Amino acid sequence: MSENPLVEDFATDWDHSDPQWVADPYPIWEDLRQRCPVAHTDRYGGGWFPATHAGVSTIAKDTDNFTSRTVVIGNGRPTELDLPAPIGVAPPITSDPPFHAIARRLILPAFAPGPINALEPMIRDLCSSLLDGLEGEQVVNAGTKYAQYIPPGVIRGMLGFPEEDIEKFLEFVHIILEGVDHPEEERILEFAPVEEYFTAQIEDHMDNPRDDLTTYLLNVELDGQNLALEHVFGTMLLILVAGIDTTWSAIGSAIWHLAHNPDDLERLVNEPDLMPVAVEEFLRFYAPVTMARLVKHDMDYLGCPMKEDDWILLGFPAANRDPVVFKDADKFIIDRAENRHVAFGLGIHRCAGSNLARLELRVAIEEFIKRYPRFDLADADAVTWAPGQIRGPRNLPIRVSQLAQQY
Amino acid sequence: MKVRIDPELCQGQGRCFSIAPTIFDFDDLGNGVVIGDGTLSADTLALAQLAQANCPEHAIFIEE
Repeated sequence: MSENPLVEDFATDWDHSDPQWVADPYPIWEDLRQRCPVAHTDRYGGGWFPATHAGVSTIAKDTDNFTSRTVVIGNGRPTELDLPAPIGVAPPITSDPPFHAIARRLILPAFAPGPINALEPMIRDLCSSLLDGLEGEQVVNAGTKYAQYIPPGVIRGMLGFPEEDIEKFLEFVHIILEGVDHPEEERILEFAPVEEYFTAQIEDHMDNPRDDLTTYLLNVELDGQNLALEHVFGTMLLILVAGIDTTWSAIGSAIWHLAHNPDDLERLVNEPDLMPVAVEEFLRFYAPVTMARLVKHDMDYLGCPMKEDDWILLGFPAANRDPVVFKDADKFIIDRAENRHVAFGLGIHRCAGSNLARLELRVAIEEFIKRYPRFDLADADAVTWAPGQIRGPRNLPIRVSQLAQQY
Repeated sequence: MKVRIDPELCQGQGRCFSIAPTIFDFDDLGNGVVIGDGTLSADTLALAQLAQANCPEHAIFIEE
């Protein structure tokens, strides 16, 4: 949690790690939409937070005035070391045009609906076996024992790493997620075992090519040449960083919602065909991901005196609650038919893994409610929410056993 | 009435071909494409309009 002083006015001093924002950001955003609507802060070296859908959309699509070279807000302004624009450290998420399109084209085919939909049986087996492991427990931690394990299990499988390495793989995920904003020298030390393991896997895949993402990255060509091994490694890291706590958060939020909205749970159990529409409403209402941009040059923009290298916090979750775009925006409507949500971002940086995230979210909920048709929060006050740019429940104790037996 | 997707606006959000798989498909990159010439019948117009109303990028157009 933040060591920063507590925020008194989010319009002039916002902080996405403030305890009030972490616990329940939605009233803050609604207040900002009414009286701001682009909030400012001097924290983190200075930054702006558009709270409306229009503001988020305008900036997300404006790659002339904003750069993606850093998408996670650090403690201060980025230094030259962080900024190898237009490629960035983890292409394509940190890339700007024109390189962005090249890097993105390389990975999109692997995340298109065809190859992703083929993973459904694997994801279902994974969810089912995680639930098998919880059998007999009256209170299951749906955050730490279920949601948390699903994305790493899927990505381990996609990369084609051995199943028995799952614990090692989970440890790497923690190292990477926790190390994201550590200083460069620390990160190099922390990443050493990750690099060693990935290198060994890359070598093994070169010797024994197979139908997985690692082999794909090794074989794919850019200008008639294979990718440099550093590029392959960087893309693997991106997939880990972008594909783990994001989806884990979405799954956890959905289970948290169903645990204290029994009517919605009952409808989903009784009307399985509702799932695709419900998944979109989970994504709108509990969008986990907020991304950053940097202002490219001094300018007056949306009525704000922006300075070069000011942060922009792109609140896609806030845009999803804007009543100008969504009727009854602050109400979760499980069968909402018109739902133009922006949980996966807008414009050229649309989440490359959105098809996978959707599939994981749907299958994770389907398997959970199949196993536990009724459940509720074992201890509402014990639920904790991740701070920072990815929002979702971490500790999520769910009471399952006695309720389930009533069915 | 005809439906079309503006390829410059489409970012592969994936809503159209999920909602209306008889009208839209996806290409190798996961971007939406219209099946056939996009002609809509009285039966398919509403479904195309629903897909349009769910496209976050406003990339779907229905025209005379």
